[in-house]
Amino acid sequence: MDVFLQQLINGLTLGSIYGLIAIGYTMVFGIIGMVNFAHGDVFMVSCFISLILFLLLTTWLGVTSIVLAFLVVLVLAMALTALWGWAIELVAYRPLRGSFRLAPLISAIGVSIFLSNFVQVVQGARNKSMPPVLSGGITVLEREGYTVVLSYKQGLIMVVTAVLLTGFWYLVQRTPFGRAQRACEQDRKMAALLGIDVDRTISLTFVLGAALAAVAGVLYVMYYGVVSFSDGFVPGVKAFTAAVLGGIGSLPGAVLGGLIIGLIETFWSAYFSIEYKDVAAFSILAIVLIFMPSGILGRPEVEKV
Amino acid sequence: MARPAASTQGALPESVMGAILRDAALCALVALGLCLPLIAYRMDPGPGSDLVLVPRWGLVAILCAITFGVRLGQRLLLLRRDARRALTPAPAQATEAVGGEPDAGQKVSKIGLKLFVAVALSLPVLATLATGDLGSARYWIDLGILILTYVMLGWGLNIVVGLAGLLDLGYVAFYAVGAYSYALLSTTFGLSFWVCLPLAGLFAGLWGMLLGFPVLRLRGDYLAIVTLAFGEIIRLVLINWTDVTGGAAGVSSIPRATFFGIPFTADEDGFAARFGLEFDSMHRVVFLYYLILVLALITNLVTLRLRRLPIGRAWEALREDEIACRSLGIDTTATKLTAFALGAAFGGIAGSFFAVRQGFISPESFTFLESAIILAIVVLGGMGSQFGVAIAAVAMVAGPEMLRNLGGLKAVFGEGFDPNEYRLLLFGLAMVAMMVWRPRGLISVRMPSVTLGERKAISGAHVSEGHG
Repeated sequence: MDVFLQQLINGLTLGSIYGLIAIGYTMVFGIIGMVNFAHGDVFMVSCFISLILFLLLTTWLGVTSIVLAFLVVLVLAMALTALWGWAIELVAYRPLRGSFRLAPLISAIGVSIFLSNFVQVVQGARNKSMPPVLSGGITVLEREGYTVVLSYKQGLIMVVTAVLLTGFWYLVQRTPFGRAQRACEQDRKMAALLGIDVDRTISLTFVLGAALAAVAGVLYVMYYGVVSFSDGFVPGVKAFTAAVLGGIGSLPGAVLGGLIIGLIETFWSAYFSIEYKDVAAFSILAIVLIFMPSGILGRPEVEKV
Repeated sequence: MARPAASTQGALPESVMGAILRDAALCALVALGLCLPLIAYRMDPGPGSDLVLVPRWGLVAILCAITFGVRLGQRLLLLRRDARRALTPAPAQATEAVGGEPDAGQKVSKIGLKLFVAVALSLPVLATLATGDLGSARYWIDLGILILTYVMLGWGLNIVVGLAGLLDLGYVAFYAVGAYSYALLSTTFGLSFWVCLPLAGLFAGLWGMLLGFPVLRLRGDYLAIVTLAFGEIIRLVLINWTDVTGGAAGVSSIPRATFFGIPFTADEDGFAARFGLEFDSMHRVVFLYYLILVLALITNLVTLRLRRLPIGRAWEALREDEIACRSLGIDTTATKLTAFALGAAFGGIAGSFFAVRQGFISPESFTFLESAIILAIVVLGGMGSQFGVAIAAVAMVAGPEMLRNLGGLKAVFGEGFDPNEYRLLLFGLAMVAMMVWRPRGLISVRMPSVTLGERKAISGAHVSEGHG
């Protein structure tokens, strides 16, 4: 039971990070129907950006307050990663709108390869590790020598995820941009006829997705303390699995899927074998796509001839 | 960076120039934002475990200046082109007519394949003549083997992606299955290469069916992602199933290929002694070269023949429209499975060739990147064009290889510059550029498989790839 509770905390932490990345996949798929293969690498870029920003703040500018440093890194990393998301959409995806079906996917694979190798070239191939911050935690339960701990980092990750998701939900449900975004998702042509700037809405969708991936990146770097240029692919695929599991196109579904994938991965590692945890994630992806392609909260796709 | 329609009429040249300058400056600003922390500061391992930041603002300045210059040049060129277009009346119809005269690309593709085969056949001779002796031609022959391996993989995947229209992102899995079948069968049971070659194809084909079966209902992006997942699962199993596959260390000391039973050794039972030749280690390399050439040509021949059979026509019909296919009574299940199995079988044969050539295999050779490269070859080649795939393989494999030889760039960029580092970076960029400029590939011609009277090529732009 104690082990279970501890794994539950770990799983929810990991799941929050996956959920944040998954939103980027699900929104883009919802609005232009493409799998943004490069999203995992955008996340990886944001990890590097936040690590450099953190080092800049603490070692060069001498910021000693961890909370202040964290907030500044979070805001700046979101802005800079959003710029990447915007630029990628403009250069690699927008010219392909209306091109044949596979073109955007292949272009996205190209962007993904470019990003990971770009980071490798400019930052070197070695793992980058971050000095540990915010150690310690709250003891949730102590029994028979086994302590269940919610570390401050884990608490912070859950709180930040919850706050940002609420803000994000408000943005999509209650603002003019959110209305435009949902309209484009339902029917792009009709939205354009009604005076919505579709290109701008799609751009903003990429910007938002990248910004949320940046939040995940900041939290990931802080939590694991190490990142390498190849770290985009696997978290990316897992987050995509989360998006599909939750029902692609559905925002609450993405978060739900993220939490489920995080929990499955942690429990699998704890109770079965850690070597095969990625196999488990990939298998879930295949199984979900084959047997319930509309996911948990998604709408079934109706094919019109 | 948004492109306002460059209206030259009625606008003063100064204001146009101003707009262009502003636009270029904006681009440079965006480049600055993209470079900001990633390029401006490099994290280097410092004393202890800490990272030390090394500022590189000079590089950022250069990159921003380049962006500014390129954008300025691009806009000015566009301006001139638009001005020219405004003077000359637009042609009545920009699209090509269906039965129109074949353009240069289409003409090339008619004789191209024959030319390609002729060059490939004579490459060892040409390389020997050019470099002086057989030993120094080794580099070129090895490069030829590498290119032909990718040509074969490209032709194999072309059956699945180009003909049947099923986007497979996990093709490398079958390559791995073939390679491991030969490696394991030969090291544990001592089976010879010639027995293993068809077996490897058979195993890979079976795996193709096995993996193809569950994904029959999927289409488009979903199919791509599931095949990607299968590819990764196979790779992860190869890494973690240490007892059988040797794990990350892979399988080493795989037996070399023999000349139909006669080994390439220096002793009297060897190839050289039996045929009364002087022993030369190059005999084996040349033999491997012709072996992969023959295997690739078999792949090509089978594909070309099958395209004329009902099954080949069913593949192409499936690519264009699955629903129409089903309505016409085509068994889509069988059609998809044969495409998967056949493509996988050729991948497996190429894989066992890879194993016999390297003598060592590890899961590292079968990453997703490999699948992406093969897919890029097929797409760049024009999805369905055999000659296009061959040309694309040459460009994709030999191009990066040429980067290795660009040592002269060291003089420009300083001693620490290694052009090879940029290989994949440029590869990714090329993939995007290719999709933006020529999404239909180099040779985007569709040859009708059944015609009344004369056979006329039509442009790939006229066929809509349906769901698949």
